[in-house]
Amino acid sequence: MVPLSHYLILSALLFTIGMFGALTRRNAIGVLMALELMFNAVNVSFVAFSRYLPQQMLQGQIFAIFVITVAAAEAAVGLAIVLGLYRNFKTINVDEINLMKW
Amino acid sequence: MTVTQGVFYLMAAFTVGASLLVVLARNIVHCAIALVFAFFGVAALFVLLDAEFLAATQVLLYVGGITILLLFAIMLTSRISARGGKIMNEQVGISAVVALALFGLMAYANLKGFPALVPPMLAASDNTASLGRLLLTTYVLPFEVVSLLLLAAMVGAIVLARREQGKD
Repeated sequence: MVPLSHYLILSALLFTIGMFGALTRRNAIGVLMALELMFNAVNVSFVAFSRYLPQQMLQGQIFAIFVITVAAAEAAVGLAIVLGLYRNFKTINVDEINLMKW
Repeated sequence: MTVTQGVFYLMAAFTVGASLLVVLARNIVHCAIALVFAFFGVAALFVLLDAEFLAATQVLLYVGGITILLLFAIMLTSRISARGGKIMNEQVGISAVVALALFGLMAYANLKGFPALVPPMLAASDNTASLGRLLLTTYVLPFEVVSLLLLAAMVGAIVLARREQGKD
């Protein structure tokens, strides 16, 4: 069987890839996509823990379901915000939207 | 190397490759397509971990829902034909360093902290059934809270995306 640490390292790799994308992307939708990648990485580690820990407990999977739900809500609200930004600024490059930046 | 291991490493490489494409591709539509493959890879990993219900949810919600939503937003906002121009801001160098350092730290901690743990044998039980039972007994309160959150998010998204009266 695959050891638990391999799943966790894969999850860490996905998370850092997503983090890199969220930090560097200029397109706001690209940032949202990178965020979804990070949610997925966390879900992988939750499900791996719920499978590998002694006694078959499903807490990890339950939490992953909640994470998926919150991610769906985040995507809906986030994209609505992106549409509002585009309507007001005619751009969705996050480095050009600096109205509240001092 | 057993079949499970082979499938795991194959799907892991597939998922990592797809997510790299999500982060690095120049065209935002290509990113969205790569995201679909990354989500499929994660769903395959869920199947490997005996989480069939989550795998199905992943495909239905992420692949069928969120990606379509993202594609709609892309079509509504960016000029697809607009080529050239930078896709990344000027923080690329420091972000790469930070991400690599964080990955190194987590990989080190994982290798040190979790010795080769073998999964317990599954009792021949239905994971999905017990998941549903748990959601409606022990976790019924978080379940209701999260459904309220979804409702609030839905209303919020509609209010935010709606055109204001008398404008344009």
